[in-house]
Amino acid sequence: MASVRIIGRLDIKGENLIKGIQLEGLRVVGDPNEFALRYYQQGADELVFMDVVASLYQRNNLSEIIKKAADEIYIPITVGGGIRSIDDVHTMLRSGADKVAINTAALARPTLISEVSQRFGSQCMVLSVEAKRRDSGGWEAYTDNGREHTGIDVIEWVRRAVELGAGEVFLTSVDQEGTRKGFDLALIQAVSDSINVPVIVSGGLGKADDVALAVAAGGSAVALADALHWNRLTIGKIKELSKLSGLDMRIL
Amino acid sequence: MSNLDLTVIDYGIGNLHNVVRALQHCGANVTLIDDASQIKTLPERLVLPGVGAFAGGMREIQNRGFDDLIKRYVCTERPFLGICVGAQMLFDVGEEFGNHSGLGLISGRVKAVPAFSVSSKRHRIPHIGWSCLEAGGLEQTWRNTILDGVNLGAAVYFVHSYAIYPDKQEDQLAMTYYNGIPICAAVRRNNIYGCQFHPERSADVGLQILKSFMLI
Repeated sequence: MASVRIIGRLDIKGENLIKGIQLEGLRVVGDPNEFALRYYQQGADELVFMDVVASLYQRNNLSEIIKKAADEIYIPITVGGGIRSIDDVHTMLRSGADKVAINTAALARPTLISEVSQRFGSQCMVLSVEAKRRDSGGWEAYTDNGREHTGIDVIEWVRRAVELGAGEVFLTSVDQEGTRKGFDLALIQAVSDSINVPVIVSGGLGKADDVALAVAAGGSAVALADALHWNRLTIGKIKELSKLSGLDMRIL
Repeated sequence: MSNLDLTVIDYGIGNLHNVVRALQHCGANVTLIDDASQIKTLPERLVLPGVGAFAGGMREIQNRGFDDLIKRYVCTERPFLGICVGAQMLFDVGEEFGNHSGLGLISGRVKAVPAFSVSSKRHRIPHIGWSCLEAGGLEQTWRNTILDGVNLGAAVYFVHSYAIYPDKQEDQLAMTYYNGIPICAAVRRNNIYGCQFHPERSADVGLQILKSFMLI
């Protein structure tokens, strides 16, 4: 068995760890490296750093933060935000990332997925998806933190991306993100039923029980931000509660 | 030369830097080599990291002359550690994208992780995440190996779609189970070690394994 992964998600703007609601209304939380180290020590199974303004301003400030994190953190690190080329991936891997999460640039040019997975292995190529419910049913893929819509159906997109070489999907529900109202379980179910690679779910955890619901819907891993940043829950507590509800967890 | 001098093979793969960082964190003086011609005297300890595909890895190993170097090196019986694809390349044949020859230092093959769980359910591939280390072959104990001091059931980080299948059970140092499917987690033949998991990404357990490698 691979245990259910509990992942700390750190959204970055400039030098700061930030957090918003539905990916908007950003508030500064603190020093990202301080929080990253804390989550590592609490027993996080992985960390994800997302530069939330990188694709908007066409730049990437993450490198320094990642370098610092990599010197003290020995679990997998995924980096996303503004990655558009093999060179960008290379820079992030050199800085200390193990994987990159790509959304905007992959939608703009899907063959980037194949290029990254052929060069660095599919385990390195995480497809990041920002999914927003459609009034007419289903979900649409968004970019730039839920600001720009693409008209592309999420289910069709993840299928294609996995065929192109994505080794994992990082699935954010724009609707639920930061609301603490629970995950979009129908979305998790629909995405994980349509592909065979692991799905990391993000956006909406309100209480520890939500982890078991996400796993039952097909999620392999759960990414948490808000719940951890404001100390509503610790990673240790979530794992303890999830284990009690019968999930396999790596306990320190 | 001290116990802590260690050479890492750089054949242009992605996660090299995190392997080096973890080894340095454990106190190693790391020398990186990206071509076998840089080696004048055989190193005291040699590490072959790895991510990506088997064939691409072997091609780079050969292009840079590392296949001969590794074969000469293991004749010294000094400690060698292959990680993930670096462990897979120790075997005779890799089946990823067709059959490709490996280094042939441990007999066996590298085959796809079975697509179905032990209860015949299609499960997720790659196998990504933390899985437990369990006892390997009949006669293998972990004492005086890189797993010395690691508790049975300790979780380490895996990410792979292909797995190592040693011909000889005695080469199997540790196993793990992915939805009930047995997967070889670590191999040992004399002083040649291979880990299918990533010790450099396996938090304290992984760091302890790297430290033990430096004490062998």
